[in-house]
Amino acid sequence: MNPHRRSPLVLVTAFFVYFFLYAPIIALVVYSFNASRANVKFEGFIPSFSERVVTEGSLVKSSPCGPFHWYCDLAKNREVIEAAKNTLTIAFTATTIATIIGTMAALALQRYDFKLKPFSQLSLYIPIVIPEIVMGIGILTLFSQVFGWMNNAFSLSGDSRWTMGLGTVIVSHIAFMVPFVTLVVQARLQGFDKSYEEAAMDLGANEWITFRRVTLPMILPGVLSGALLAFTLSLDDFVITFFTNGPGSTTLPIYVYGLLRRIITPQVNALSTVWILVVLAAVLLLQIVQGRESKQHS
Amino acid sequence: MTSEFAVEMRDVVKRFITPEGNEMAAVDHVTMKIRNGEFFSMLGSSGCGKTTSLRMIAGFEWPTEGEVYIEGKAMGHTPPFQRKVNTVFQSYALFQHLTIYQNVAFGLEMENAKEDEIKKRVGRALDMVQLTGMDRRKPKQLSGGQQQRVALARALVKTPDVLLLDEPLGALDLKLRKEMQLELKALQQQLGITFIYVTHDQEEALTMSDRIAVMSKGKVQQMGTPVEVYERPANKFVADFIGESNFLEGKIKSLTRKEASVFIPGLNAEVTGMPISEGLAKGEEVVVSIRPEKVRLVEKGALKMNMFRGKVTNTVYIGADTHIYTEVHGVKLKVLEQNRISRLDPKSFYTVGQDVSLLLMPENTLVLKKD
Ligand SMILES: Nc1ncnc2c1ncn2[C@@H]1O[C@H](COP(=O)(O)OP(=O)(O)O)[C@@H](O)[C@H]1O
Ligand SMILES: [Mg+2]
Repeated sequence: MNPHRRSPLVLVTAFFVYFFLYAPIIALVVYSFNASRANVKFEGFIPSFSERVVTEGSLVKSSPCGPFHWYCDLAKNREVIEAAKNTLTIAFTATTIATIIGTMAALALQRYDFKLKPFSQLSLYIPIVIPEIVMGIGILTLFSQVFGWMNNAFSLSGDSRWTMGLGTVIVSHIAFMVPFVTLVVQARLQGFDKSYEEAAMDLGANEWITFRRVTLPMILPGVLSGALLAFTLSLDDFVITFFTNGPGSTTLPIYVYGLLRRIITPQVNALSTVWILVVLAAVLLLQIVQGRESKQHS
Repeated sequence: MTSEFAVEMRDVVKRFITPEGNEMAAVDHVTMKIRNGEFFSMLGSSGCGKTTSLRMIAGFEWPTEGEVYIEGKAMGHTPPFQRKVNTVFQSYALFQHLTIYQNVAFGLEMENAKEDEIKKRVGRALDMVQLTGMDRRKPKQLSGGQQQRVALARALVKTPDVLLLDEPLGALDLKLRKEMQLELKALQQQLGITFIYVTHDQEEALTMSDRIAVMSKGKVQQMGTPVEVYERPANKFVADFIGESNFLEGKIKSLTRKEASVFIPGLNAEVTGMPISEGLAKGEEVVVSIRPEKVRLVEKGALKMNMFRGKVTNTVYIGADTHIYTEVHGVKLKVLEQNRISRLDPKSFYTVGQDVSLLLMPENTLVLKKD
């Protein structure tokens, strides 16, 4: 008997796994072409192109963009563009800072022994295990308290007052990213032999050159995975952002949530589809880059 | 000013805190003076403090007490990158993300050498270790022996005054190890660099070294040439650790300035005329040590001085030699005889149960303190 013959159970399991993973995504994409504005039922694609949008009840009959009507609609939506810009600004800034802090923390925990080390290690898990909503409320409380004192102490008013905004969102994202980056980099450091660094110093490299030329290149895959994880966590974070954002710092998840409370037009689906494509492209790019690197290495 | 000694360890102590929280001296008052151009080995079993000593010379650890001198200069807390010594690591520690060329060039780049200078010197170093043409490979694409050579080239390209080697051949198979031993020795003589070589393999140390420091439990037991440590071990530990020895317990019966007679209760006899080292007193409990290959077996004949009757209890044939286990009044003595003639005819050699006489020639024995 062929030992690799698939059991029917495997096929059935695989079917359900794929179905529940991808069916929602496919539905979401299909609905982004929905002719129905109400978007409850799929009413078919928008059939034709025309100079101007023609509607009939809640159905779109034709549009300058044809079936891609909702995508054009999206592109004209100033708020969406603004939210996307905010989301990326927050994700890039917070990821960069959190990756640096997290990597340094992982290195420190690996090489130094200090009294509070077990506590520091444990404290990394706390932000991960406590409910996000608790952390969100906590950060909100802290910020409003501190800002209140500040504004009072310096008698600030109007535009110069400290308020919630991009800054507070970035800081709170950094706060929840650092433990993830640290843990991912720590995993990479597990097998890292300190004799590589000693060899570099033995050959005349000082601490900084040793870090830049030996340590960092060797742990880079771990640092990059940590950064990627942090980046994706930031992109789709809702709860903490919800508590810490303010005027001018609406992110895509917050914006979509706002839309949903009003009406669910296929524009939301179009937005989600674009979002998925962007993330997919990023992941593919990373795969290609890493694939090329590992080819060079072997 | 250059010192007579390439490296000196003066009364160096290194204490570690064990995971159980106790203090432990990995290196315990070690003093070593290593001469310029010398092939010096630290020999001892695992955990005796060899690596820790080497790491203190390289600058990866700082002595708890005492001082390390390189070229006569006290090192204090000088970092590794400011010491003119280079290390060949036991694990090789080749940079996996760099090519062989980049690995060897690393140390020269740190000296800000010019590019064509680097090219020339790296090329020469790779030629020297017979790795010409391998410069574009990654360490993983080389065999263990080749990686070992890269580690050597990477250290030697810096033209250090002193090269530190921590069991560099430990990961190689026996045949390759023997080849490399001779190659390393030849290289050291050709370059005239001081080698400080750490090993737990006594044969390796005897093969390569000008001088050996035999270590145990963080202490230097004896320092001397291979001939000295083998022929004149300073104590029972060294006699036992290097090569094999028969130990006979006894008491000093009489003592002159140069010689001693020891009564050995096991043999119920006195062994006389043995050369002695300092610090022994009449009546002292001692051990008489004699190497198996230095015990003379005589088939029969009249008993002479220092000659004892015994019985063969076992013989083990191992090709070039035969180990003959004998008993004299219940005292076990091992004898090693070379198979100078074919052993195909069993009658040509000693058999179990045979009566023999054993001759302990006094010049081949040593009187050692009992510890
Ligand atoms: N960093 C350290 N912390 C605690 N103990 C150590 C450390 N380094 C070495 N030791 C201990 O010191 C002793 C000597 O070690 P080492 O010098 O590596 O021995 P060798 O190289 O002769 O095998 C060992 O018992 C080892 O466990
Ligand atoms: Mg060691």
